[in-house]
Amino acid sequence: MNYFANDLTSLHDLLVKKEISATDLTKETLATIKEREQKVDAFLSVDEEGALKQAAEVDEAGVDATNVLSGIPLGIKDNIVTKGLKTTAASKILENFDPIYDATVIEKLKAAKAITIGKTNMDEFAMGGSTENSAFKLTKNAWDQTKVPGGSSGGSAAAVASGEVVASLGSDTGGSIRQPASFNGIVGVKPTYGRVSRYGLIAFASSLDQIGPFTRSVRDNATLLNAISGADPRDFTSSKREVPDFTQGIDGGVKGMRIAVPKEYLGEGVAADIKKAVKNAITVFEKLGATVDEVSLPHSKYGVPVYYIIASSEASSNLQRFDGIRYGHRAQNVKNLEDVYVKSRSEGFGDEVKRRIMLGTFSLSAGTYDAFFKKAAQVRTLICQDFARVFAEYDLILGPTTPTTAFGIGEDIKDPVTMYMNDILTIPVNLAGLPGMSLPAGYSKGLPIGLQLIANQFDEKTMYRAGYAFEQETEFHKQAPTIGGQN
Amino acid sequence: MAISEDKVAHVAGLAKLAFSKEELQKFTGQMGEIINMVQQLSDVDTTGVEVTTHVTDAVDTMREDKAVKGTDRELLLKNAPDHQDGFIKVPAIIDESEEA
Repeated sequence: MNYFANDLTSLHDLLVKKEISATDLTKETLATIKEREQKVDAFLSVDEEGALKQAAEVDEAGVDATNVLSGIPLGIKDNIVTKGLKTTAASKILENFDPIYDATVIEKLKAAKAITIGKTNMDEFAMGGSTENSAFKLTKNAWDQTKVPGGSSGGSAAAVASGEVVASLGSDTGGSIRQPASFNGIVGVKPTYGRVSRYGLIAFASSLDQIGPFTRSVRDNATLLNAISGADPRDFTSSKREVPDFTQGIDGGVKGMRIAVPKEYLGEGVAADIKKAVKNAITVFEKLGATVDEVSLPHSKYGVPVYYIIASSEASSNLQRFDGIRYGHRAQNVKNLEDVYVKSRSEGFGDEVKRRIMLGTFSLSAGTYDAFFKKAAQVRTLICQDFARVFAEYDLILGPTTPTTAFGIGEDIKDPVTMYMNDILTIPVNLAGLPGMSLPAGYSKGLPIGLQLIANQFDEKTMYRAGYAFEQETEFHKQAPTIGGQN
Repeated sequence: MAISEDKVAHVAGLAKLAFSKEELQKFTGQMGEIINMVQQLSDVDTTGVEVTTHVTDAVDTMREDKAVKGTDRELLLKNAPDHQDGFIKVPAIIDESEEA
């Protein structure tokens, strides 16, 4: 199936009209994955047998004409647990972990009769921005296989960008959906904190993590978010607010929309080609009838240090559960129980995970708590207040997703601090719990540039409406990498 | 702020991680750089600023006090590295070499 020429709606039409069966669609998808994996390595596991079984069930019951996801194969990031389908979070410590339950988002997708085709590669425990921290394989950018796909949801982004699947799920703690979407020229959305249940998402930083969709079009993205949103009694931080239909009114345009551009988002450190693309986007929105003003988010420059303290502190706490006792890797040749803990963890975790556990443990420990964790949590308040001031007067914030286009494999991984600075434009959104989107807005030397749209809490509809208007007015989303030799 | 190897070793102990001498050196250097980066927060005046630890809009989340069936024990043990008679099996808490 050519996923560059089809979206969820057109695929659904083909399925409903029986021009293709769910089984044939799944078989074609499996064949495409097999061919393109040689170049991108986006998947950690492909569930051929399970996917074909799910497809056969859809065919037998008949494709649900009222349900656009019925019979559609999707990729799932490997930190989202899938019953009976190995889930590793790309870590050696969970190398053989076989979940006994489905994450809430998987339950919802199964109820919608979507097909889980496989689990995608990522930075170990979602810690990283290049997918190079995977314990198992190196995923490549769909546009240039010498470049990283971004991360941590690099596999989910590369799978969609290379046309292996039409859509996938990732998770975003500091930019892990938006940054790889940007690097791969596709649409990625981090929903408002609490919009989507985190039950069954292997926890990294619980006050920041959200699951969200990757697609090639804005409308598809809204469709997939519709399917996974909503309150969940198993996640007390999921919101009880009513979930609107994110596709409804998506074509309403941006006439009269008040858009803010933070001057800090176009400051030094942001490459010239990125600035140019964002400035072009501003003129597009103005042409479409929006007003665009420059504003200031004065504390955004502190986002990176605040994030690394808070996320690492929460991670050090969340990752205590990996101790070699109830599940996961258990070290051999141990003398006592303490040995099991220390050796299992030391053998099972990779370096970046260890660094963050260490920073988090340090930030929370006696003597440093006030100067590190508490200070970061206070500056987080100031970052939230910056956004609140802007959203009192504006509907949407616009800026770049990343300071540069995709960097080379191996380029940044040696220096953790340089790697962390890549997240400077995405992190504040997580700290404030806001929804954020990245969508294609240009190309530089053959690599995609992402535009970031940020809305107020629970106002994804405004973000989708603006994204859709931009997409309809521009041609960027119509380009595809030459990976399949299709263009 | 520089961080000493001793301090890093102490934090590793708290985090139940062990490092070789070379790893400890490498981590001490990297931790020092990361701590330098995060220390720019000391520039911010946070006098009287409340902390933010979550951004959920939920206040108190209550559920009905209703008994539900728990997960099957066999299933729960599925991923346990070692188990016997329905219990997870672990090595002795006391060093086995000290038993004699």
